[in-house]
Amino acid sequence: MIVRISPSSENILTGLRKLSRLPVVRAFAALCFVVILGIIFNADGAFFKWDTHRDMFRHISVFGILACGMTLVIITAGIDLSVGSILGLTAVLFSMFSIHLGWPPFFTIMVCLLAGLSCGLTSGFIIDRFKIQPFIATLAMMVFARGMAKWVSGGQKISTAVLQADGTYKYVEAPAIFNIINSKIFHENIAVVTLIFLGCILICWLILSKLRCGRHIYAVGGNEEAARLSGIPVTATKLLVYGASGFFCAIAGICQAAQEFQGDPEAGMTYELTAIAIVVIGGTNLMGGTGGIGLTLIGAMTIGYLEKILSINAVGEASRLMLTGTIIVGAVLFQKYRK
Amino acid sequence: MDSNIHVQDMSFSGVLLKMTHIEKSFSGVRVLDDVSFDIRKGEVHVLAGENGAGKTTLIKIISGVHTDFKGKVLLKGHSVRFHSPSHASRHGISAIYQEMSLVDSMSVRDNIFLGRERSGFLGKMDFSRENEMCRSILERLGMDIDISKPLGFYPLSIKQMIEIAKALVYKSNIIIMDEPTSALNALEASRLFQIINDLRESGRGIVFISHRLEEIYRIADRISVLRDGKYIGTSPAEELPSNKLVKWMVGRELIEQFPQRKKGKEQRKETVLSAEKVSLVDPDKKQDFPAQSISFSVHAGEILGIAGLQGSGKSLLLNTLFGTNGKIDKGQIRLKGKEHTVTSPKKSIRQGIALLTNDRKYTGLISEMSVKKNMTLSSLPKFSKWGWIQKKKEKAAVSESFKSFSIKANSINQLVSTLSGGNQQKVVLAKWLETNPQVLLLDEPTIGVDVAAKHEIYKLMNKWSCEGLAQILITSELPELLALSDRIIVLHRGRITAEFDRKEATQEKILQSAMGE
Repeated sequence: MIVRISPSSENILTGLRKLSRLPVVRAFAALCFVVILGIIFNADGAFFKWDTHRDMFRHISVFGILACGMTLVIITAGIDLSVGSILGLTAVLFSMFSIHLGWPPFFTIMVCLLAGLSCGLTSGFIIDRFKIQPFIATLAMMVFARGMAKWVSGGQKISTAVLQADGTYKYVEAPAIFNIINSKIFHENIAVVTLIFLGCILICWLILSKLRCGRHIYAVGGNEEAARLSGIPVTATKLLVYGASGFFCAIAGICQAAQEFQGDPEAGMTYELTAIAIVVIGGTNLMGGTGGIGLTLIGAMTIGYLEKILSINAVGEASRLMLTGTIIVGAVLFQKYRK
Repeated sequence: MDSNIHVQDMSFSGVLLKMTHIEKSFSGVRVLDDVSFDIRKGEVHVLAGENGAGKTTLIKIISGVHTDFKGKVLLKGHSVRFHSPSHASRHGISAIYQEMSLVDSMSVRDNIFLGRERSGFLGKMDFSRENEMCRSILERLGMDIDISKPLGFYPLSIKQMIEIAKALVYKSNIIIMDEPTSALNALEASRLFQIINDLRESGRGIVFISHRLEEIYRIADRISVLRDGKYIGTSPAEELPSNKLVKWMVGRELIEQFPQRKKGKEQRKETVLSAEKVSLVDPDKKQDFPAQSISFSVHAGEILGIAGLQGSGKSLLLNTLFGTNGKIDKGQIRLKGKEHTVTSPKKSIRQGIALLTNDRKYTGLISEMSVKKNMTLSSLPKFSKWGWIQKKKEKAAVSESFKSFSIKANSINQLVSTLSGGNQQKVVLAKWLETNPQVLLLDEPTIGVDVAAKHEIYKLMNKWSCEGLAQILITSELPELLALSDRIIVLHRGRITAEFDRKEATQEKILQSAMGE
């Protein structure tokens, strides 16, 4: 007997095939794959508890906030290697101002955000004005900001143990802002940092899909020369994305400091690589011009679940790193497949 | 199909390559459907057809780029199946594509021998032999250039010749040229035809793709036509008059190649843009253009043509007016009587100057963006309020010009890179019209555009002219320039050498002035 495919179901098939080419569908499929892994290796049901998912989100939030700024930068065909260092710098500044100097939280946060923003703007200025490759310019900023973090902190972790004039340490109470950022709300069902992360995603979504400057970001990444000749303000756009990246780093730095109850000048080491991995696994192309913040959210969850599943199954660190590397390549290959 | 289509003579023994019943699909869409094609010894076989007819796909099958297709390929009577371009080139097939396969950072010599490096023991490069071969080939091509300089140093026309030199090094029997003249000026093109003639006489088979009718008849022995992936027919060139060729290509008859140029109304005496003693802004400082040398003006509703050879500075002139490379050092530009200081493209666009660049892929379109987003790229302030894009307003405006430009696409959200050349060009034109320009600068508006779309662009230009838009036109196709321009000025090495009215301009006069006589 010959099975005939009716025209309508044929339409559905081609529709599905078209759908499978959409990056967001592919990113989502990769996420589903990881979640299915979690369902199979559920560590005696641990994967089915909400706490596991909440902790995953909490753990990935700082990386996710960095990835928000990274997404904007990567869409303009750039890269920002300085995010980890700016995170370290702002974490140190935040702890120092609020714990040691006792500044009011609002003022402290503003100063930190301004510090992050100016680091980002500096990178952007160097890249645009002197036509230096983003990789090099932000590499320089990465080294510089790390140095600054160490200089400001004197190479010490800025914690609640405050050095007194007589050379002894005195433990002080951490300011309330630390506990607020570090808490979980809605009956301990979601962490505040996760809400901050989702807020950052929302801001980026507004920029990229609702605002004119979002269109500029895609245009500059898609074809910078054509964008310039079409009257797009290329300089302003580059300053915007690198500035925004620095700004998000500061937010992440504050969250990091609050979570650790200290400002570690070494904080955020290699975080830039995780942030880039999140963006790329989401499906935003490093060549620029395509991608989106929704993809980054999915990418963050993919990496978050991956690490969570490995940790609840008590996989040793050595195998965990190797497995993560393998799965990153797998996820990216999956994104490219049949393109 | 027409009854008078010529059946190919099978008894002819000099067939180098024969392809029969070729079929090729890209993701379910059939782009070639039962196409047959052959190349004989010592002939130039022109492959004609509109953009999207499947010409490029067919030659990519011949040259081993596309390997999964249905049908038979016979090379000198033996069945072959190339699995890569290098495989095809080892069998004596060379292809010169529109997108060139050259490396800008490598020297001319290294480019010519790329993938075929002469080497001796343990891969030691044999430079002296390469140099010697290189020189003799370039001499044959009538080129006198430094072969040790990086290729990026030279203009596009030289690069095109280097592609041809490459084919000669490979001692190819079959040479495929996909629109080789699109980057060449009249003089360089005629030199290329000389070379093609030599190649023909030495018994090689040449496949030649071009959109220019006069070129086709200048060079062709036989012409084959494809339309929408289907084989329409093959005929000796002298038995296929141009109106019939166009009919084969388009599927219907175009009454005239150029639409009637309607005279702008008499009151259109208002000067829209005038340049006084302007110096060309040359970012590369390659040529020594005289300072403060250019003065001209263009009126409302007028199409001003600018003629000149490669390096005459005509494209640079448009870019200078637009501010592509920044400020003008000397001279003055007036827009409707008011002085206009050129600083950047952004400012020029605001003042009502629009520039259609001559390379839509690199300077015109954002290929990852949709038709809609490309069309509003230059007029976003018009469609936004407090930085928020008003999507309804944008969509309404785009839908309207989508219709009035009759762009062939599934929707306004289709990626612009998936459109044919003609439709892409219409998108760029729509983008500029959306900025409500007072002056439209057109740098090669019909480059890489098929016959039917060319005709539509001509009609649009006529329409805008009637609406009072001032246009400045550059095109390397002289018949096009003559048919469209109300007035023509001729540039030679950055200086205006002549100005002709529409009635008095002829190809000969323009060429003479363009060569500086």
